[in-house]
Amino acid sequence: MQNGDGASGPPSTEDAGGRRTSGPRVALFPTCLTDTAFPETAKAMVRLLERLGCDVDFPLDQTCCGQMHFNTGYAEHARPMARAYAEVFDGYDHVVVPSGSCAGMVREIHPDLCGTSPAARRTYELSEFLVDVLGVVDVGAHFPHRVTYHPTCHSLRMLGVGDKPLSLLRAVSGLELIPLPQAEQCCGFGGTFALKNAETSTAMLADKMRCVQDTGAQVVTAGDNSCLMQIGGGLSRLRTGVRPVHLAEILASTEEEPWVATP
Amino acid sequence: MGSARDEILGRIRAVDRPAPPPVPRDYERARHADDPVELLAERISDYRATVYRAAVRELPYRIAERLDGRGRIAVPPDVPGEWRVPGVAWLPDDPPLGVSDMEEVDGVLSGCALAIAETGTIVLDAGPAQGRRVLTLVPDYHLCVVRADQIVVSVPEAIERLDPSGPLTFISGPSATSDIELDRVEGVHGPRTLEVLLVG
Amino acid sequence: MGRNPVTWLGSPTFPDAARRALGDTQLRGNLRKATTTIRGKRESVVAELDDWEELRRAGESIKDEVLADLDTQLERLEVAVTERGGVVHWARDADEANRIVLDLVQEEDTDEVVKVKSMATAEIGLNEALADGGVNAIETDLAEVIVQLGDDRPSHILVPAIHRNRAEIKEIFAQMPEPPASDDPRVLAEAARKYLRRKFLSAKVAISGANFGVADTGSIVVVESEGNGRMCLTLPETLITVMGVEKVLPRWQDLEVFLQLLPRSSTAERMNPYTSIWSGVTPGDGPQKFHLVLLDNGRTSTLADEVGRQALRCIRCSACLNVCPVYERTGGQAYGSVYPGPIGAILAPQLAGDLHDEQTASLPYASSLCGACYEVCPVRINIPEVLTHLRAEVVEAKGKRTPEAMAMSAAAWVFGDRKRYEAAQKAGSLTRFLARGGTLSSLPWPGSKWTDTRDAPVVPKESFRSWWRRNRG
Repeated sequence: MQNGDGASGPPSTEDAGGRRTSGPRVALFPTCLTDTAFPETAKAMVRLLERLGCDVDFPLDQTCCGQMHFNTGYAEHARPMARAYAEVFDGYDHVVVPSGSCAGMVREIHPDLCGTSPAARRTYELSEFLVDVLGVVDVGAHFPHRVTYHPTCHSLRMLGVGDKPLSLLRAVSGLELIPLPQAEQCCGFGGTFALKNAETSTAMLADKMRCVQDTGAQVVTAGDNSCLMQIGGGLSRLRTGVRPVHLAEILASTEEEPWVATP
Repeated sequence: MGSARDEILGRIRAVDRPAPPPVPRDYERARHADDPVELLAERISDYRATVYRAAVRELPYRIAERLDGRGRIAVPPDVPGEWRVPGVAWLPDDPPLGVSDMEEVDGVLSGCALAIAETGTIVLDAGPAQGRRVLTLVPDYHLCVVRADQIVVSVPEAIERLDPSGPLTFISGPSATSDIELDRVEGVHGPRTLEVLLVG
Repeated sequence: MGRNPVTWLGSPTFPDAARRALGDTQLRGNLRKATTTIRGKRESVVAELDDWEELRRAGESIKDEVLADLDTQLERLEVAVTERGGVVHWARDADEANRIVLDLVQEEDTDEVVKVKSMATAEIGLNEALADGGVNAIETDLAEVIVQLGDDRPSHILVPAIHRNRAEIKEIFAQMPEPPASDDPRVLAEAARKYLRRKFLSAKVAISGANFGVADTGSIVVVESEGNGRMCLTLPETLITVMGVEKVLPRWQDLEVFLQLLPRSSTAERMNPYTSIWSGVTPGDGPQKFHLVLLDNGRTSTLADEVGRQALRCIRCSACLNVCPVYERTGGQAYGSVYPGPIGAILAPQLAGDLHDEQTASLPYASSLCGACYEVCPVRINIPEVLTHLRAEVVEAKGKRTPEAMAMSAAAWVFGDRKRYEAAQKAGSLTRFLARGGTLSSLPWPGSKWTDTRDAPVVPKESFRSWWRRNRG
């Protein structure tokens, strides 16, 4: 346990389908982007977390953490979103987010906007949750592909996830992990930065893509769909054939139920 | 309109500034080195200055060896007599040498106030055997004598020992620049050759 | 009071300037090479110190102490400098500082001064003001010589000519009386040495900045590499130092922290070649007249901003520039200020104090908020925090009627309610019809800013929440 506040005991509860589980009651916050544009990532999180014994819920009242507004200078619009987050996710043992930057927004910025809340304190980025809270590194995944990993800026510097995602990837059977040169360089996404300073963002992306292509990997993964949208969008435009796949989808993949590329 | 001084101080005082917590000084004040003399020698050499070691007794001999054939050497008037070895054309800075004289000399010999092993730094404080600042600046060659008992390991130890009432010069290797492609090149305006004699 | 020259008059906004800079492949090559070199070196000298984090915290804390007690510390410094034979002047803004310096130079009956590299004097446009007053200011730092002779503008805090490579520098130096014979950095440095030697030996007045001013001893500190600083601080009869008010340190002891943080962060050395420290005037040694000009020029108004004031901790090391992915691609001139890079993006707008100016207002957005700057800052300035804080001030200054503000308002309204959010999700699924080959390759503006160079994801038929409702609801 890293930053929980004592609410992490294994309460015995009943899930929506009436199944009894004994794992922690975990709420998913897939983020608005993943909910809308990358549903496979969220489905993968459900499979993965349930496989690891969690009692997973998706509170339907959730929308957005307010990061885009806050980072663009609209903190006043972000404030009600932060308040709503604290209410919607209150009462769960943990909230798990497949995004370093949204988890960072919740944990580091929400308290400044609307005071500290149990929901914000119990919010974890996926790799943190797996390694620090559940204490697992080998999640029983199988992913027979050549993969390179891009550590996203906010998971690296705001949350300090360190090499947790790499430890998780190294334990995946069949996966060949190829180190990404200049991995810690930003991909150039930066939310509205990608539009406001589109040319600079593109120049940063070009260097990132060159590094990804130099690895010869078939798949580039990360803990954040926003960065993968930037990198993947560039790779797709160049018809490189390298696929962006969220970390959750790799970890959810097993021999019985392997990852399938979405069209 | 009031004076600039009053107005600036007034602007500062108009700001609500909470008292900050005390400064945490849990960094290392004194650092340990197994052999500070060796560490200093190594770190000075990293700057591409040349370091020579000498036993106390052989210092005059080592000075003579370094200065042999170098020509006219400026020297602060108060260096120990034994440093002014025969066979060297000494130019003591007494009466004070003109800047053009210093342009003409072939080098300067001085002592120092202390040296910092960890950073390979020699500090001059215009004290004994060091002379005025200009004396160790204008000549193109500087031979500096450092005694073992003048060496401290860390920067905090040096700051504690130094007296800021006089002018101080910290010297870490010869003059250098990184202004061309951030690549270090030795030798711009200060002495282009720095040699250090570590004694004891 | 005139316009604050900290940002250059007539500069294009950051995105426009960046677009131009990005097209310059020579510039990008030069910058990539230089910043990659220095990043690696910094990492290794910082790793040598086990107590680096403790030193950073001490540095942050000492600077915060100064800012909380700035009036007292400045008065203490004034007393100490005066007691040791110096004269202290106060300047509210650039014009006032420039006038003070020009008057002091003219009192010495000279029309030429030598200068040590100084951000404060670059910020106030001192050289231009002196030229208007008939005084020729000669820069003596190698990079400043390159900028001055090249009739150029600086692009880096520490190495103002970082955008120039050796071949370009050789071209610029061709106008020297004894031009360099090759583009070997050694030969170029030698040419600068010869060019400046006579100037040092004949100058009556020198002008410097200050890295630190110690309140309890009246000591002024200048950290440098080449020895041009020592020349200027030692040879002329009169020395004029222009120092930002935030550069004061309370105690002599505090130097033990900053003389470790600064060299390792800036030139990535254990110690820079030369550091000069003097207190007032020393009879028979160095300048016999010493003037200290304490400069405000927007610092006290920066101090008034609770979040933004941390920018005043800055010790001008430029570590944040060297690690910044934006700076590495655009170079420093795109920022339109003597303070480029991440620190410039938060310092220049605050000193300038005018967020209604479009160029100034574009600076806080010149960042992807990757946080690399905060990670390396030796005084722990949370640059991303100040950037988002200043963005909010820009939004405030622009008002609610801009297309962006209205779009953000609409988005906030959508996110404010689950039903509205779900309706918008469904409407978004229309974009599928625009897709070709499974990806979106052209969207209307502002989406076109994205699809100019990257494909957009095709929003799938079914959102995750619809799936959840169908399977688990």
